[in-house]
Amino acid sequence: MNRFSRWRGGFKNFWRAFRHNRLGLLGLIMLAAAIVIAVFAPLIAPTDPYARVRVKVEDIYAPPSAAHPFGTDDAGKDVLSAFIYGSRVSLIVGFAASLISLFVGGAVGLIAGFYGGRLGNFLMRINDIFLVIPFLPLAIVLVALLGQSLINIILVIGLLGWSSTARLVRSQVLSVKERQFVTRARAIGAGNLHIIWHHILPLVLPLLLANTVLIISLSILAESSLAFLGLGDPTVISWGSMLNFAFTRSAMSAGAWWALVLPGLGIVWVVLACTLLGNVLEEIFNPRLKAHHLSSTDKMVAIPNEIQPAPSGK
Amino acid sequence: MSLGEGEYLVVRGGALALALSSKGNMNMGRRGYVLRKVAGSLLTIFIVLLINFFLFRVIPGDPAKAGLKDPRVRPEMIEAQRIRFGLDKPVINCFKGQMVFEASLCAVNPFDTQLFIYIGNLFKGDLGISYDQKRPVADILRERIGNTVILLLGAELFAIILGSLLGLVAGWKRKTRLDTSALIFSLTAWSLPTFWLGILMFMLGSSAFGLPVNGMRTTGLTYANFGEELADVARHWLLPSLTYAIVLLGQYMIVMRASVLEVLSEDYILTAKAKGLTNFQILKDHALKNAMLPMVTLVLLNLGFTVSGAVELERVFSWPGVGLAIVEAVARKDYPVLQGAFLVVTISVIFANLLMDLLYTYLDPRVKAE
Repeated sequence: MNRFSRWRGGFKNFWRAFRHNRLGLLGLIMLAAAIVIAVFAPLIAPTDPYARVRVKVEDIYAPPSAAHPFGTDDAGKDVLSAFIYGSRVSLIVGFAASLISLFVGGAVGLIAGFYGGRLGNFLMRINDIFLVIPFLPLAIVLVALLGQSLINIILVIGLLGWSSTARLVRSQVLSVKERQFVTRARAIGAGNLHIIWHHILPLVLPLLLANTVLIISLSILAESSLAFLGLGDPTVISWGSMLNFAFTRSAMSAGAWWALVLPGLGIVWVVLACTLLGNVLEEIFNPRLKAHHLSSTDKMVAIPNEIQPAPSGK
Repeated sequence: MSLGEGEYLVVRGGALALALSSKGNMNMGRRGYVLRKVAGSLLTIFIVLLINFFLFRVIPGDPAKAGLKDPRVRPEMIEAQRIRFGLDKPVINCFKGQMVFEASLCAVNPFDTQLFIYIGNLFKGDLGISYDQKRPVADILRERIGNTVILLLGAELFAIILGSLLGLVAGWKRKTRLDTSALIFSLTAWSLPTFWLGILMFMLGSSAFGLPVNGMRTTGLTYANFGEELADVARHWLLPSLTYAIVLLGQYMIVMRASVLEVLSEDYILTAKAKGLTNFQILKDHALKNAMLPMVTLVLLNLGFTVSGAVELERVFSWPGVGLAIVEAVARKDYPVLQGAFLVVTISVIFANLLMDLLYTYLDPRVKAE
């Protein structure tokens, strides 16, 4: 069996398990919908939120109407259009930052788990430090000092978010590398890189993927938190920055709930989609979660001594 | 959710890994374990100190000017400011200001540099002077940190109790309608941006229940006695801490459920069932105790992320805690306060982690072997 058909067989097995998981499918559909909206934003949005427009006072925080189904914001612009365009920033930051986390965490975990020794200890020591330092305060400090560009935000979120991935990969590698097929491969002369590529990576990859989907949701939350606190990229519209502008420019006292509800729902939608998907993937890929001794409804009955079969030879 | 060597749980905030590698612990015994953990924490604090010091020294712009708002100030004023904030000294030997190498500075007494003065001052409890408020950062933070603790304490207690009970039931009744709805609730709560839930509660609480949403006390109100003040603070405290409890509840429930699932797949549960114990007995005596262990560790380990949420909620409700101090310091480019607040928060979290590790030696019988 060649490599390609093995992968395809693995995917078929996976799809068979995934297809019947309603929460997982829901997450996948929700995420796909968000991606479609982000990709086709210019076609879907009624107006271009980046365009300069002349605004009248009565346009500011105008309630929902036929022209603006979700009202207008603090600058008198259409909330729905900004919302549709805002999905782009959230998804770009989410995917890009978690990709960074995936590669850094994967590499560190692989090296620390496979080679171990002094280098492994050193890497895990660094990892411990990253795990302990509270995320948001450090991210605030870094973005405030480095400057609020989209690239900086992606780098900060991605480079602060790899520690859990590294730990996961390391513990997986540690358990896989003791398996017999690795020892056998080594006995017939396979090199380290061959073993990592052909024997360890294929077994670690599924859980790494599940973990990355979860990290996407965390990255999106992180971006929106930073943007809400005024540390987003000022040149782009994101759901977090929409909330920041509405909040700081007194949408609450103006009663303009429409400027506050939609962007928040967008964040919840995407984060929930990734969370559902990630959790289901993890459940499928992690065999330890399958056994459950209280889920069977069969009653276990102790057999009293009297009715046990009598010892033979009497 | 055991993955090979240690337990591992992904929780909001990037990442929460319960790295409880019991293998290593068992070999070393308790004293070695404690010593290693304390040494590790001290090393982490030292590295955080260095990060904190150098990060704020490489930023572009003259920090001496950052404290002066008027661009027309005379050079003597800037020089005086420089001396006042200790910025006239080299950062470390051979380096001044923007980290440019200067051979002439290598002759300077190494203890007369900004780094050593900074570390020395920290030991004296001196975190510098706020650019904006022109008073010691330590004083500002001392007023703030208690407020953050009050906010977090209420939210945590509520979330821990309810979260572990709901998680236990959900894990037990896995794949029933109860479990699914509990899971959907907790996943949704988990997916809510803390600040957005805060905004919703802000609108709901102030319009429907008339609760105060701004700060910690009613401005302009003088209190006749302590009871009156307490009641006023409690009214302000209710919404932010309730908001946070909802967010945390979702997380704790997910973790408890995962932990219960893990425990229920153990063979001793099968044994207990075979002995004829009822499900309630098994849950109470066998599952709850063992499943609580990750929960206990979670609460303290999670503090790093709990603090992150507190920053957001303090911003929404103008709650005068350390988080609000951070946000305000960023807006006003008040670097000493930002630096001090970051340091205080980080060191608190490191101590909480250490506390968790030490507590763990008492809670997990496997660590006791000497």
